[in-house]
Amino acid sequence: MTGPFADPFDPKTALWRCTCGRHASQAEHDRALTCEPAGSEPNGAASWSDDEPTDTETLCARVVETAVAKAVFRTEARRRAFLSLVGKATAASALAAFFPLDAAKEAFAQAPRAPEKRDLKVGFIPITCATPIIMAHPMGYYAKYGLNVEVIRTAGWAVIRDRAINREYDAAHMLAPLPLAITLGVGSAPIPWTMPAVENINGQAITLANKHRDRRDPKDWRGFRFAVPFDFSIHNYLIRYYVAEAGLDPDRDIQIRAVPPPEMVANLRADNIDGFLGPDPFNQRAVFDGVGFIHLLSRDLWDGHPCCAFAVSRAFINEHPATYHALLRAIIEATAYSSNPANRREVAGVIAAQNYLNQPVTVVEQVLTGTFADGLGRVQRVPNRIDFDPFPWHSMAIWILTQMKRWGQIRGDINYAQIAEQVFLATDAAQAMRELGLTPPERPLRTHVIMGKTFDPSDPEGYIASFAIRRT
Amino acid sequence: MLVSRPFASLALAALLFALFVGVWQLSSATSPAGEVIVDPEYAALVGAAAATGGKTPFPSPIEVGARILEHFADPFYVRGTNDQGIGIQLAYSLGRVLAGYGFAALVAIPLGFVIGMSPLLYGALNPFIQVLRPISPLAWMPLALYTIKDSSVSSIFVIFICSLWPMLINTAFGVASVRREWLNVARTLECSTLRTAFRVILPAAAPTIMTGMRISIGIAWLVIVAAEMLVGGTGIGYFVWNQWNNLSLSDIVTAILVIGLVGMMLDQLLATATRVVSYQE
Repeated sequence: MTGPFADPFDPKTALWRCTCGRHASQAEHDRALTCEPAGSEPNGAASWSDDEPTDTETLCARVVETAVAKAVFRTEARRRAFLSLVGKATAASALAAFFPLDAAKEAFAQAPRAPEKRDLKVGFIPITCATPIIMAHPMGYYAKYGLNVEVIRTAGWAVIRDRAINREYDAAHMLAPLPLAITLGVGSAPIPWTMPAVENINGQAITLANKHRDRRDPKDWRGFRFAVPFDFSIHNYLIRYYVAEAGLDPDRDIQIRAVPPPEMVANLRADNIDGFLGPDPFNQRAVFDGVGFIHLLSRDLWDGHPCCAFAVSRAFINEHPATYHALLRAIIEATAYSSNPANRREVAGVIAAQNYLNQPVTVVEQVLTGTFADGLGRVQRVPNRIDFDPFPWHSMAIWILTQMKRWGQIRGDINYAQIAEQVFLATDAAQAMRELGLTPPERPLRTHVIMGKTFDPSDPEGYIASFAIRRT
Repeated sequence: MLVSRPFASLALAALLFALFVGVWQLSSATSPAGEVIVDPEYAALVGAAAATGGKTPFPSPIEVGARILEHFADPFYVRGTNDQGIGIQLAYSLGRVLAGYGFAALVAIPLGFVIGMSPLLYGALNPFIQVLRPISPLAWMPLALYTIKDSSVSSIFVIFICSLWPMLINTAFGVASVRREWLNVARTLECSTLRTAFRVILPAAAPTIMTGMRISIGIAWLVIVAAEMLVGGTGIGYFVWNQWNNLSLSDIVTAILVIGLVGMMLDQLLATATRVVSYQE
């Protein structure tokens, strides 16, 4: 048998996916040897043998043993040689002599129960993207998991980042690219950061000043001044992508400024900018105040793109595993609640209040229900204008990294898959989703379609090279 | 002159104010012209002005007045972390200003005294003071956040650093320019250095020191609003930011009024203190 539940002290099992470690499974390895074409994997390639342990405790113990054995032996061949030489029992006891296997098993088996820290501070930016983080408060999801969370409205992305780094906040609402940037040390000192859950997908828009009603084609946008919420934001990458597809160089032909979302409408009104790709409710607010119109929704560029996220530092997870466990569940439960179209009107009423977004209810309601005035005299009905889906696809992280590289925010070689796995904690999210009765995807990688072009996460460098306008 | 005809100036001030409000009311009353959108569903989704093709106008004095009354009817409410009354926000700001300012006074006045009494130190420290003094206190904010790792203490630090220089320079100047004769008299009477400092130099330099303190409190009050807008959380500056976020100009006007009144009170307080210590030569 193969996989994480195989007995690591049995020389016949394969801990690595195949004996040489270069293939996804033993079946594929064998096929490669026999020159069979790949992709025709028979069902049940990773078939479970009879010695498959069934009870959770044994399974947990196995996982720990396997992890330790993998770390010690490094390659399949070495493990087998050693085990064949000394035998199973000797190997197990030899390993236990210098590694506290029993303690590790025990620590792993005990699912964390009571949160180590109950009083938490979670920062948010007053935009509809923060809905799950906010909603978990009035809906009592934080309390349900034994947490006493204070959700604190914060003035801007740089501030929320600094406060999170300074540990004034235990967890924070961040733009999806921000945990990647912090981990890589772009724009700040490198600190291992994680993103266990996406908050919202879609829900952004390009808003233009009313005077540009007749200039809807991005080819005519030379010299425009655009605002985005932050340099490390999906907004920045999407507007760059959009104008670059129209043949404009976002660094030379237009201006892009980082402006905190709340200040975007004020700047648009003052004619300081020609438009913005920003979060709601500020697109809708521009329409409400008669300042601008919604040119297009971000879902028209990439349907299902990630926007904001729930982020915690790696240190917080290590120090407070049970608190993290509880917090993530509260967030995911609130995400599921906010995602339900039937709840949207109620959610809008709650989060529009002074204590959270401090916006007119009708503005927030239009964003969340997707029935909205577009600023051009029409009422549009787009139910998935914004949606909430917690699963942090690694492929999303890889796409973000390709754009960071494309626009020169990061340089040199990067291990896309590894960084994505470190920061986007898909395993944790999937586990929490399953516990709540949701169905997470099987694999954290998929292709995405952005403006009709398919992005394949297995070839990020080729993807970057396929663009004519880039900084690499 | 001002003292001789107080009623006339008061009447003129009231007239000017009435004129200002009148012009404001008139200019905000003009209805925006434009195409009228008839679709009632659309009109229900946008603001009143946008429904008729205009932009939301600046609020009229009546709207602002109503908002001010609303704020002052219940200034100390707390309805959650992010929703607190204007009185509470003012208290936060005043607390930060007093902490930063008080700490700056504790450092600046003794240090200024020493610098003023020792020409050697004056010469040595003067270049540093001259370079550090013109730096906008807000420029310190990212540095403070990075090193202090606490946003509330950072804003206090920013207040500290901006109130430090006027007090330090004025104290040093006041101490250094105490009249030679007085110091000579003290020396003739064989006063100890400490006694000279407290009985001769301090009273002589007090008016200059107080002027420095008055300048400092003005700057500190200016800076706290900006600092709180930047860092957020609590305070009157945060209140302004939060209402800007909601594009609620009536609330911003309320805040501006309150900031002005409190600033004036702080200034008057120190002006009174200056009058107490001033002397006629």
